[in-house]
Amino acid sequence: MSTPITAHSVAEPSSRSKLIASFLVVTYAVITILPLLWIFLTGFKTPPDSIAYPPKVLFEPSVEGYVNLFTTRSRQTPEFLATLPPPQTWYERLVRSRNMVIGGPSKVVPRFVNSMVIGFGSTFLAVCFGTIAAYAFSRFRVPLADDLLFFILSTRMMPPIAVAIPIYLMFRHLGLTDTKLGMILLYTAVNVSLAVWLLKGFMDEIPREYEEAAMVDGYTRLQAFFKVVLPQATTGIAATAIFCLIFAWNEYAFAVLLTSGDAQTMPPFIPFIIGEGGQDWPAVAAATTIFFIPILCFTILLRRHLLRGITFGAVRK
Amino acid sequence: MSTLAERAVARTPRRLALRFGGMSDRAIAWLFITPSVLLLLAVNIFPLLWTIQLSFTNYRANRPNAVLRYVGLDNYRDILTDPEVWQAMQATAHFVLWSIALELILGFGLALLINRGFRGHSFWTTIILLPMMLSPAVVGNFWTFLLQPQIGLFNSGIALVTGVDPSSFQMIGDVRLAPWSIIMVDTWMWTPYVMLICLAGLRSIPDYIYEAAEVDRASPLRQFWSITLPMVMPFVMLAILFRAIENFKMFDMVNLLTSGGPGSTTEVASITLKREAFEKWRTGYSSALAIILFVTVFGAANIYVKALNRVKQR
Repeated sequence: MSTPITAHSVAEPSSRSKLIASFLVVTYAVITILPLLWIFLTGFKTPPDSIAYPPKVLFEPSVEGYVNLFTTRSRQTPEFLATLPPPQTWYERLVRSRNMVIGGPSKVVPRFVNSMVIGFGSTFLAVCFGTIAAYAFSRFRVPLADDLLFFILSTRMMPPIAVAIPIYLMFRHLGLTDTKLGMILLYTAVNVSLAVWLLKGFMDEIPREYEEAAMVDGYTRLQAFFKVVLPQATTGIAATAIFCLIFAWNEYAFAVLLTSGDAQTMPPFIPFIIGEGGQDWPAVAAATTIFFIPILCFTILLRRHLLRGITFGAVRK
Repeated sequence: MSTLAERAVARTPRRLALRFGGMSDRAIAWLFITPSVLLLLAVNIFPLLWTIQLSFTNYRANRPNAVLRYVGLDNYRDILTDPEVWQAMQATAHFVLWSIALELILGFGLALLINRGFRGHSFWTTIILLPMMLSPAVVGNFWTFLLQPQIGLFNSGIALVTGVDPSSFQMIGDVRLAPWSIIMVDTWMWTPYVMLICLAGLRSIPDYIYEAAEVDRASPLRQFWSITLPMVMPFVMLAILFRAIENFKMFDMVNLLTSGGPGSTTEVASITLKREAFEKWRTGYSSALAIILFVTVFGAANIYVKALNRVKQR
């Protein structure tokens, strides 16, 4: 390797190597985003177009997938359809053109609401518990603090199915099976470990001098915590909350084993959208798209704190 | 603990200190930690102890009224001599090792490239990061569509590049290819994770070290081996730790992509556990399996963290 030594610093790579790097990275990015783009496009295909061979890149866009996602339909004979009054709305007309009639709304809205309620409920609790625990770990000398912190982390090493066995029995005893309350408590417990670890990192970065100054001015410890530390930790708390929300939003293993109807969230529900025929991919793609959009927004919001969140605060940049 | 804070507490009037707001630091510390610890005890530790107890019984959750019999270590003996369990462990090992290897190569490579800092790198980095934020279950579900032999995007893409007939192979249905399909989807999803951690490692290396190496006329290759690699190593090891724990527990993505099939070629440990616990309802037996899996992860992680700390100290 006999690279001629140039005047510029090594920290600044040459423009040719930058060009090659950008080409390779962009290639990878395009390949990696293709599956997501394809799912997004499939949401706007008609069912026959979605399963065409060879796969259709160019197609006439249709909202049939979205209509199918939000409705339940039944197939009817042309004779029966002829006896019906003409369709009132554009989506009825669309369904009629497939020789079907709308039976009613599908379960997707209640499932989406469940995901929201369980997600926000568990996030709120986990962040409340996590914030105060993190403050205590960050500021006070807690006996066995390292052991406690490790214990809190180790609860994450269990395979969810292993935890699900006794939780299933416990919920059955307590009548919490398939309830939102049960799922909120469960996700809170899982998220508390993440919240404590992340928030301890954020709290450690707030100078102690702030609260000490406040306490010299006559604040009590609790007043100083609420009026000085909490406002300083807002960004950290918000980032932590988003991470907890993403976990609860994405979780599948507990949800599929412990819920079946009333408290079912989106992840266990989406695979069932495909229907008996097993061909309604546009509806599945539509649901997937709707389900992914919040995550997309959060990822962009979280960019600066992403690293910290995914490593439990171990890497802080 | 700072003396300033103590002085502030000492200066507070006694009557005020007795009020709720003026609790001692110790009391506040316990008050603040207790809710989290209680919750974890109730939802993690109590169930764990219960699992240990169940693992010595013949309990079946679908027959709660049957007579409970303590069978000693029988469940553990049955598991360790069960060829199906060993097969599941092999499938898990194959999945964990290959997915981590591929994610490391791709993730580290991408991190090196992005670290060059070309124009627009932060936009493309965000694009690359997207898959890892998604729900593994939903990802597994839509990849079944992408991997369909004829109508799927993947086979057509491969056909476009290599010219093979897109219907001549099926990723999910084929006994030889199915284990690779779960590795591929996992790699697609988690390469950005490894990349992000490696990138943090690369950015933690101060420029002056490279400048000093340049003065010493060290070749780029030599700089890579003697500076970049050792300094990024703790980060790489951390990424391996997190990926290994996560993939050892892997359930959601595989359950929806292949659900263990065809046959039991992609039946990783968590899938076996689910079948035993929630399909065959052998609660006692599956509890024992759960304990074995937990001890394995916990033990391996502990040993690994010790090694990691040694690398960090160097």
